Amino acid sequence: MILQTRDIGKSFGSVLALRGVSMGVEAGQVTCVLGDNGAGKSTLIKILAGVHRHDTGTLLVDGAEVRLTGPRDALDRGIATVYQDLAMIPLMSVWRNFFLGSEPRKGLAFDVRTARRVAGEELRAMGIDIRDVDQPVGTLSGGERQSVAIARAVHFGARVLILDEPTSALGVKQAGVVLRYIARARDRGLGVVFITHNPHHAYPVGDRFLLLNRGASLGEYAKADITRERLTALMAGEAELEALAHELERDESTM
Amino acid sequence: MTDERLADVGVLRRLLIRPELGAVVGALVVFAFFASQSAVFRSLDGVANWLDPASTLGIMAVAIALLMIGGEFDLSAGVLTGTTGLILVTLATEYGLNVWPAMLVSLVVALAVGLLNGLIVTRTNLPSFIVTLGTFLMLQGLNLGVTKALTGTVQVGGLREAGGYAGAQAVFAGTVEVAGTSFRVAILWWVLVTGAATWVLMRSRAGNWIFAVGGDERAARAVGVPAARTKIALFMTTAFAAWLVGSMMALRYTSVQANIGIGQEFIYIIAAVIGGCLLTGGYGSAIGAAIGAVIFGMADKGIVFLGWDADWFKFFLGAMLLLATLANRLVRRYAEEVRH
Repeated sequence: MILQTRDIGKSFGSVLALRGVSMGVEAGQVTCVLGDNGAGKSTLIKILAGVHRHDTGTLLVDGAEVRLTGPRDALDRGIATVYQDLAMIPLMSVWRNFFLGSEPRKGLAFDVRTARRVAGEELRAMGIDIRDVDQPVGTLSGGERQSVAIARAVHFGARVLILDEPTSALGVKQAGVVLRYIARARDRGLGVVFITHNPHHAYPVGDRFLLLNRGASLGEYAKADITRERLTALMAGEAELEALAHELERDESTM
Repeated sequence: MTDERLADVGVLRRLLIRPELGAVVGALVVFAFFASQSAVFRSLDGVANWLDPASTLGIMAVAIALLMIGGEFDLSAGVLTGTTGLILVTLATEYGLNVWPAMLVSLVVALAVGLLNGLIVTRTNLPSFIVTLGTFLMLQGLNLGVTKALTGTVQVGGLREAGGYAGAQAVFAGTVEVAGTSFRVAILWWVLVTGAATWVLMRSRAGNWIFAVGGDERAARAVGVPAARTKIALFMTTAFAAWLVGSMMALRYTSVQANIGIGQEFIYIIAAVIGGCLLTGGYGSAIGAAIGAVIFGMADKGIVFLGWDADWFKFFLGAMLLLATLANRLVRRYAEEVRH
């Protein structure tokens, strides 16, 4: 396991945001974290990304217990996070964005030629067909932007890629594009943590599934141990769904 | 195949998206207009004549352009040219300092003002428009108050008698003979400043950071760009430019009015905007701002050559600004539109 949590927990004041969650990420595998809004997905990934410190339980990187001191520390250990807002500048070109904050140098200058070439190569290696690395990122589609952010993380030495709801704002076709890049990153040997609330996006690409509900784990399942139907049902919360069905039925009969 | 057609669109697209395009077209139109009306305007003497105001304005416009690409304004830059000139002349005449050390002192003061602007803006996150409006008013008051207190008048003069004047005058305010016409040495400085600024923007890491902090400061920070340092450096660059221009003016006229530079701050911003800078930051060009200054120089002198009333200059200024802002708005929308 590259990255693992054991009974990890976090509270903010009197709010227990996360309780006793255990999960793991293996190299070349995709671990999906599923849960509704407020289930604790963001708290969990912020602990993994070094943004929050956990209060209880243990966090292990390569099997050794660690306390991440910050996002920089996580990055130095090869844990890269691609957030929903992507941290890209719309008016700047793809290659300028790709190297922003880590520009290659040639003497005093920014090695523009290398940057342009490497950005193009890395995108192609991920199977991303960007027509022109000189075009502003603002002209890319949502899926393409996600892909550039993923390629950037891979290039800068990520071993674990944490993707925060990369498909939630996308249409069906664009989501498919991003799922393909997740698979591509996995095939290149990265461990991927894929956060989503959509079991239909998670199931095809995932190897393990962690289900969160109201800050607690509903269990971590290997793909062999769970069907898509079961995953969807767990996600929706069977009891709640049944209650909702009853409620809706009654409403209809009184009309 | 449609590949060739796509490639053509790509080239056109890249040309259209250059921020200085509007300024280049504007400069050509303005030149063609005045050159067709006035023989003096298109003569070498005429060119030297209208490049003169373009050069000092251009140095400031280029610095302001960098700052605006970084997402900030500096309203104190115009008055600061007066402050630096006043310090130089006062120290050299009232206190008998040599011109060179006097220039060094005024440089230190200018950089301190830039540092202060930058620190307040980055620490408080207040809009730089308000912060530098404050320093603008404070400097304006200081310029007049201190000058009056020291000399009893609103002007200091007599720089010609100061030690080191001849050398400094030759470097910063002299002339260069080209084909029998004397050009102001300020034009060389302007070209130098524009070249350096363009290199920094396009070919240095700092340039990448300037575009980034102006485009989206939060995102820039998230990937490790030192946003505060970048912005403070930009304010200090503007202050440096103000010192350069203030010293040039003082050495050229050997006297400085205490109210000089007031109102210029907007001219710098207008030249930068005509040159393709967006008011919202993150986009623009140093060469564009330099060309924006050329348009000004041509209009400023061209109107005089044609024997028109100088009031028309203001009308022209406003019209250019409106046109440029409209053009920039289109460019931005084009660059930011999301395609699916």
